[in-house]
Amino acid sequence: MIYTDVLIVGGGPSGLTAAKMCCEAGLSTIIVERSHILGGQLTKQTHKFFGSKDQYAKMRGIDIAVKLQEDIASFNTLTMMLETTVVGLYEDKVVTILQHNEYKKIKAKAIILATGASEKFLAFENNDLPQIVGAGALQTLVNLYQVIPGKSMVMIGSGNIGLIVSYQMLQAGIEVKKVIEATDRIGGYKVHASKLKRLGVDIQTRKTIKRAIGKDQLEAVEIVSIDENFKEIEGTSEIIETDLLCVSVGLSPLHQLASMMNCQTTYISELGGYVPLIDDYFQCSVPGVFACGDMVGIEEASSAMMEGYLAGLYTCNYLNQPHLEAESLISHYENQLYELRNGLFGRKTLRGIEKRKENLIHA
Amino acid sequence: MLNSTGVPDKDQVVSRFFDEKILSSYKAIIECYEDIPCNPCATSCPVSAITIAPDIHAQPVVDPSVCTGCSICVTSCPGLAIMLATVMEDKARFKIPYEMNESFEKGTEVHAIDRSGEIIGVAKVLNVSNYPHQLKTRLITVEVDASLLHDFITIRGIQHG
Repeated sequence: MIYTDVLIVGGGPSGLTAAKMCCEAGLSTIIVERSHILGGQLTKQTHKFFGSKDQYAKMRGIDIAVKLQEDIASFNTLTMMLETTVVGLYEDKVVTILQHNEYKKIKAKAIILATGASEKFLAFENNDLPQIVGAGALQTLVNLYQVIPGKSMVMIGSGNIGLIVSYQMLQAGIEVKKVIEATDRIGGYKVHASKLKRLGVDIQTRKTIKRAIGKDQLEAVEIVSIDENFKEIEGTSEIIETDLLCVSVGLSPLHQLASMMNCQTTYISELGGYVPLIDDYFQCSVPGVFACGDMVGIEEASSAMMEGYLAGLYTCNYLNQPHLEAESLISHYENQLYELRNGLFGRKTLRGIEKRKENLIHA
Repeated sequence: MLNSTGVPDKDQVVSRFFDEKILSSYKAIIECYEDIPCNPCATSCPVSAITIAPDIHAQPVVDPSVCTGCSICVTSCPGLAIMLATVMEDKARFKIPYEMNESFEKGTEVHAIDRSGEIIGVAKVLNVSNYPHQLKTRLITVEVDASLLHDFITIRGIQHG
């Protein structure tokens, strides 16, 4: 059995920032990460970030991933377990991990879940053809491994991820034939849409994919116009030849580990799906278990980092070993989160967070 | 238009420009038409010519009497929504951010492109810079006909001669 003060599941933006706070407070900390590198989604985000200095605005995601690792590199109380998966997790905070074909057990005083999210997919004819990929997979192939999987691409979804990944594929030399969006409005920031448009990429609203066409792999897609009830409008079919189709229709929180240890979860559409219920201190219904980042509600990585710092600070408080600057850091990061969510794009999230809180009280 | 195609209306664009007297030297033109939580343009400006108030969601406002046309905001904007513009008689000059792989030689002629991605004329490349502080966003100085002042947004190479 390995003993630790804090076990953090997930080495993405929120896990790494939580680790920094725990390490600075002098707590022994283990990060378990299933990939061979730390940084989560940041490791493939080649674009410059929005936000303010506190969210590392104007740095590229790939550089933020390096920065967050540098922040914790010098702590000898920190253990990083890469290529390691949590396979069992129990209410007494004993965790079974699988590391390089070996099962091990960790007993932690507190657990921070920062597992992130998985991609949603769409149902359409032939959606299992090779060369139909999610935006995350495409970024991994192209941005992380420099593999160019196609000559041209159609993107489904105009949220920030759909727009940004389309731009990145143009940078990689892939012709982006079209970005389509089912609603009547581009979902992501319009500056991202304008970047694509000036490079000659058409973004079309009220369009959806009807089917993928191809024998052994994708050869073309059929797209159609839809009305305000998302019903196909007859006679609008259009066949676009392409050898790559990217589906970017949103993310779902990865709540499963919280469910495994009987933390209460509930479905909140504003937050992207099932999420563990947490209190104002990021604590789940099981005492000593904390959750942060996309796992508790889909937002930008900027918010995930602010949540990670906070979840780390509150975890230190829970273990009666507060960070030396706990008070000022907590008010600073709470304030940052408040500011990030206090605009047009944050309204949905705030509604979701309200529900997450209400549900916890009534549960 | 902006919400469904990504192309701002002409009057939106014009509202972000200054008159030609002010544009006798380079000034920052900021095409940020949406309230998003972002402020690197304001915090990177060495002379505090860009204001984002009352909070981080507000759209940036440039004070052209303070702006020195230094171009730091151009490569700081994660949305590539800022360029510098100046007008001298019948020519307009721009400093634009550029992140595609295509490379451009000083002195060459390229396509001038508008916000819909259409070719609208010829642009002459005057300079290309890529200093470390630009964090891999190149800054390209180009000259176009002054009549394209409110239409020009980027460049594209002329292939096959």
